[in-house]
Amino acid sequence: MALTTTPPPHGGAAPRPSDASGASSQADARAVSTGRVAGRVFAGLSTGAGILILVTLTAVAVFLVVRAWPALTATSEELGAISWFDGGSVAQYVGPLIFGTLLASLLALALAVPVSIGIALFISHYAPRRLAQGLGYVVDLLAAIPSVVYGLWGALWLIGQLDPVFEWVSSNLGFIPLFADYQAPAKNIMSASIVLAVMILPIITAVSREVFLQTPRLHEEASLALGATRWEMVRQAVLPFGRSGVISASMLGLGRALGETMAVLMVISPGFLYSFHLLQPGQNQTIAANIASKFPEASGLSVSALIATGLALFVITFAVNFAARWIIARRAEFSGAN
Amino acid sequence: MTAPAPTAPTTAPVPSGLLTGDAYRRLPAWSTWAFAGGAFAVALLVLIVAGAASPAGVTVLTAVLFVLASSITSRVVEGPRRAADRLATTLVTGAFLVALVPLVSLVLLVVTRGSDTFGWTFLTTDMVGVFGDMTEGGIWHAIIGTLLVTLAAAVISVPIGLLTAIYLVEYGRGPLARGITFLVDVMTGIPSIVAGLFAFALFTLVMGPAYRAGIMGAVALSLLMTPVVIRSVEEMLRLVPHELREAAYALGVPKWLTIVKVVLRTAAAGIVTGVMLAVARVIGETAPLLLTVGLITQVNTDLFEGRMATLPVFAYRQYEQGGTGIDRAWAAALTLILLVMLLNLVARLISRWFAPKGAR
Repeated sequence: MALTTTPPPHGGAAPRPSDASGASSQADARAVSTGRVAGRVFAGLSTGAGILILVTLTAVAVFLVVRAWPALTATSEELGAISWFDGGSVAQYVGPLIFGTLLASLLALALAVPVSIGIALFISHYAPRRLAQGLGYVVDLLAAIPSVVYGLWGALWLIGQLDPVFEWVSSNLGFIPLFADYQAPAKNIMSASIVLAVMILPIITAVSREVFLQTPRLHEEASLALGATRWEMVRQAVLPFGRSGVISASMLGLGRALGETMAVLMVISPGFLYSFHLLQPGQNQTIAANIASKFPEASGLSVSALIATGLALFVITFAVNFAARWIIARRAEFSGAN
Repeated sequence: MTAPAPTAPTTAPVPSGLLTGDAYRRLPAWSTWAFAGGAFAVALLVLIVAGAASPAGVTVLTAVLFVLASSITSRVVEGPRRAADRLATTLVTGAFLVALVPLVSLVLLVVTRGSDTFGWTFLTTDMVGVFGDMTEGGIWHAIIGTLLVTLAAAVISVPIGLLTAIYLVEYGRGPLARGITFLVDVMTGIPSIVAGLFAFALFTLVMGPAYRAGIMGAVALSLLMTPVVIRSVEEMLRLVPHELREAAYALGVPKWLTIVKVVLRTAAAGIVTGVMLAVARVIGETAPLLLTVGLITQVNTDLFEGRMATLPVFAYRQYEQGGTGIDRAWAAALTLILLVMLLNLVARLISRWFAPKGAR
């Protein structure tokens, strides 16, 4: 940290009150003015850095639009010349991708939220007090693992473990269209969603845990004093208090899942259909994984088309995160959460 | 709710007598362990007899049997409320154990599969002249690339993050500060691939469509890293006691000097910790580097010209290639996890050792 160790060029710029000699008071005046300048420069720098954040966010949107523009305005013949392009326009092309992205993320959310609430409750209200912090750290470790490692884990281990499970589900519950016609290997959207669920567990758990810990102690004690069991206390005091926190935590998790690339890219066998066949390969693909798989070989108009799909992803995640943060900000007492 | 039924109306009611009422009948504390052990034994026996004993099968059947047995017994002995409480405790604990499965299996898998190839030669050679089924080759070039790109990202985002946090804590008032706080939060949620696309769009518009360099990846990573730095530094600055600032002002020290010499110095350990955790978070990012930096087979130390190899992209490409590449992918993943864990560990140690004493 250079800032903390280098002494500033003009040391104490404070005006000394009574040092009568003329020369020294002149020096003082200069010190005061340089001190003021330094102060103003410093304030300007830090304000500028703050404004730079706003500028950057705007720049992200602007540059994506500029680069996506050729594809957005291209004719269907021009777009059809791209080898992998289906549909007459970018909107038609990105439709199934948005569908796949939402399906994978919502499935992941449905899997992760109940488990996360359980873990958060376990750490905040069930685990022995001395263990609780350490256990929280263990769950946070899940967040520290790089996404490409999750991809390897999902593609080379989890798929094999899920194979008999999916086999069983498909043969016993196959009359439900969702689970029909499983085909090994399990490179389907369900496997991808399970990996995504593991990846978003830590953030949902962390935010929910913070909120649960802030439940007013008096509410809990009042409930217990009336003879409630621990579970009844949790239902009467903790969960109602934490509801909005859990909702915004889930939306933060949704935001993560929407933008996650590598896990989906490495696990799923892609397809471009509006399909709910969760256990079949080659049905769905997400925006992020599609970009990552096609971008390295793309050039010219195909780059623009991919950036246009990225723009759609940016808009969706921005909206989800915006809503989540808005819910958190509305409940100012949860400001400690994340 | 059933009212406690006094069972012995003739004798003097002593507190322990109350606890013999029907509503207070409880299972002993050891019953949980007894149920767990029993469920495990039964599950093991059933599956061995059925000839389908596998660790996963036994675990699942044990869990199901345990839930059934303890709920039913508790319902009969203790009543429905206690039974619901027991079930909730089981489920909540179960949720935590379920979360341990991916963590433990992932770490075990990476360590066992990665350690085959991992070693000194793997760490110190590059991939020049390695093709086909050759088992030679290593990740020296990728380590150099990852360190350079991440360092460049830190050089970009640490000053910006630090100054923004100072603005938010020390100067910011009114709608601008509120807006920045809010957008920093939203910025944390930018998908990494969008950050990659942004860096790509920015540099290809300025430098021409074929430009590829490490600095593109660094810009993408800094976009992801800056909000994390801002958040953690902000938190640390808010922890600095207000009395310290007031003491400095009382001595006539101007505000900017107070911030530099008093506030930042007090929070230094926390800031270093926060920055290292932010670095640990972006060092494993794959997607933005895949789009911008690409991959090559030898060392490239010029951040501003040409593709570079990085560990995450290397691991992905080797996985994609298959064959002996899978082994290299695992070993690279092991290296990456070790790097991340090392950063986390050092960060925690710094915050423990250098935390300001007496402030709490």
